[in-house]
Amino acid sequence: MLGFSLRSLWNRRFVAGLTVLAISLSVALILGVERLRDGARDSFANSASGIDLIVAPRGNSVQILMATVFGVGGTGTGMTWDSFEWLEDRPEVAWAVPIQMGDNHRGYPVIGTDASYFEHFRHSGGQPLSLAAGTFLSGDGADAAVVGAEVAARFDYAPGAVIVNAHGSGEVSFDLHDDAPFTISGVLAPTGTAVDRMVFVTLEGFDALHAEEDAPAADPLDPAAMPTDDHDDHDDHGGHDGHDDHEDHGEHEGTEAKHSHEPDRINAVYVGLIDRTNVLGLQRAINERPSDALSAVLPAVALTELWGITGTAERAMRLMAWAVALAGMIGMVVMLSATLDTRRREFAILRSVGATPTRIFALIVAEAAILTAAGLILGLVLLTVATFVTDPILSARFGLRLGLNVFGAREMATLFVIFCAGLLASLIPAVRVYRMTLADGLSVRL
Amino acid sequence: MHPLRIERLVYRWPGAARSTLGIGALSLASGERLFLHGPSGCGKSTLLSAIAGVVDVPTGAILVADKDVGALNGGARDRFRVDHIGMIFQVFNLIPWLSALENVLLPCTFSKRRLERSGEDPAGTARNLLDELGLSDPSLASKPASELSVGQQQRVAAARALIGKPDLILADEPTSALDEVAKAAFVDLLARECAEAGTALLFVSHDRSLEHHFDRSVDFLALNGGAA
Repeated sequence: MLGFSLRSLWNRRFVAGLTVLAISLSVALILGVERLRDGARDSFANSASGIDLIVAPRGNSVQILMATVFGVGGTGTGMTWDSFEWLEDRPEVAWAVPIQMGDNHRGYPVIGTDASYFEHFRHSGGQPLSLAAGTFLSGDGADAAVVGAEVAARFDYAPGAVIVNAHGSGEVSFDLHDDAPFTISGVLAPTGTAVDRMVFVTLEGFDALHAEEDAPAADPLDPAAMPTDDHDDHDDHGGHDGHDDHEDHGEHEGTEAKHSHEPDRINAVYVGLIDRTNVLGLQRAINERPSDALSAVLPAVALTELWGITGTAERAMRLMAWAVALAGMIGMVVMLSATLDTRRREFAILRSVGATPTRIFALIVAEAAILTAAGLILGLVLLTVATFVTDPILSARFGLRLGLNVFGAREMATLFVIFCAGLLASLIPAVRVYRMTLADGLSVRL
Repeated sequence: MHPLRIERLVYRWPGAARSTLGIGALSLASGERLFLHGPSGCGKSTLLSAIAGVVDVPTGAILVADKDVGALNGGARDRFRVDHIGMIFQVFNLIPWLSALENVLLPCTFSKRRLERSGEDPAGTARNLLDELGLSDPSLASKPASELSVGQQQRVAAARALIGKPDLILADEPTSALDEVAKAAFVDLLARECAEAGTALLFVSHDRSLEHHFDRSVDFLALNGGAA
């Protein structure tokens, strides 16, 4: 029976092919949307593991999370080093990592931090960062830089290479800090998170960058070089706020040697607690600190908020994908139904050689089953090819990895639902055929 | 064993005012070839449908191979039909996208009895039948049926009706689309093959020039006198 249906479909291979294509596109779309969503959630959730609180200048928690953990966008106007020290000295706090942001290296975000970052940062369910080559940022060497796996792979960087960063966060920048180069000290092993796309430099190096920029008149066209208003201009520099006022620098030098370099302002602090149950109390204390307007963000809560925002778009995408599937199914019903009249003769002949109306009914259902199954298989192939093609782009642009062989129970269930929908849809023409063959008997008047 | 025996058959299409069929008695002996003639639209095709078990007939009226067709239910009739009856229609006998050979073998795919009676190698038997019916060119056998001429198609249909030696062949005006020469040749071949297979043949036509190929000739209008 299946062979017979196959032959019958092969006879109409052009229309059958189009039907299969329509179904396969809808399958690829449905699974693709789900995988994209899961990929996004996984990669975001993996990126933020191990951090109990992110403290940043007062702002929207989603924005703070995106800026710090994913290097997308920026935070507010910076927080004082005093606030950092206050945080670090709180009894609940186990560790605190200072973060400076706002520069980029050929489109990849540059993070100013210190060695503690590599000690405390966790990803993908608690794994620490590890090096593929070289060393982490050490206390000495202000011009040291550690690059993420993807940055290293894309530009073929190895320890010892000299790199130049640019101001702002755009991919194309003409404002290069080429007078303050860094020497790569280490390359991180791949993590599958946003870290792969980051460049880490020391706080001192990050500041040195901008100290150089403040130096007089390298470029007469650059308003920053004008001696009178150079400080105001820094607000224009696309989200860079970790700028250092060097006049105040001396103040900190005598106080303590905990941090080799103490910038005046930083953009954010990653905080780890001794006891996680104190997180809400600390959050309140931070939010209420009078001297500096700060927000303390729980990464998990901010992620949930983010999903709340993207949820509408996700639902719309999913609805679209299922609408395409519906269109595919209708296409199949149209194809099977449109040919019924011309095939009446065929069915009469089949009956004359002993096929029961039930078998002819089954023939139509079998054809639908073949079309749907072929659509499912082709859809998976399309999806695999699409994943293969877009994976490098997605991971470069958004740090998203879809993975080629994720084929979970939920996807199986989705495929099964589509298959059943195909069979169910085929009942419409099949019932018509059943009635028709009963009425026609063996002699069809054409 | 009678391939076909009809006794006191009365049939009225559902909703029709008058009976279409009213046949007192008609029977065929094994291997007998009967020519049933009558004008178009007099109920010949209805009779064939009744024998083939496509329309509901009262029990006890039609026996094919000594089996009461009216007593069988729907699906069983379809299976019984292919086991015992080969059919040839006026035109469009073949599934267009199957090859001539596959069309001939169709009854064997639906009937175990026909398969068993086609010998060790049904495909070989089918080729022999095509060969005997004048389609010896092997390229014809593998061609899709839609590419054959009408005359060739009718001979493929005859081969399909004959394969597996059914008890009875019902032929419903199979020559009406053929020219005079092809007509005579077709009936001649069909009659010969039926004789060889020991299959009874009920041949329905309005064309009395074919009468002399048959053992017996019956006027349908006279036979159907019982209709009222």
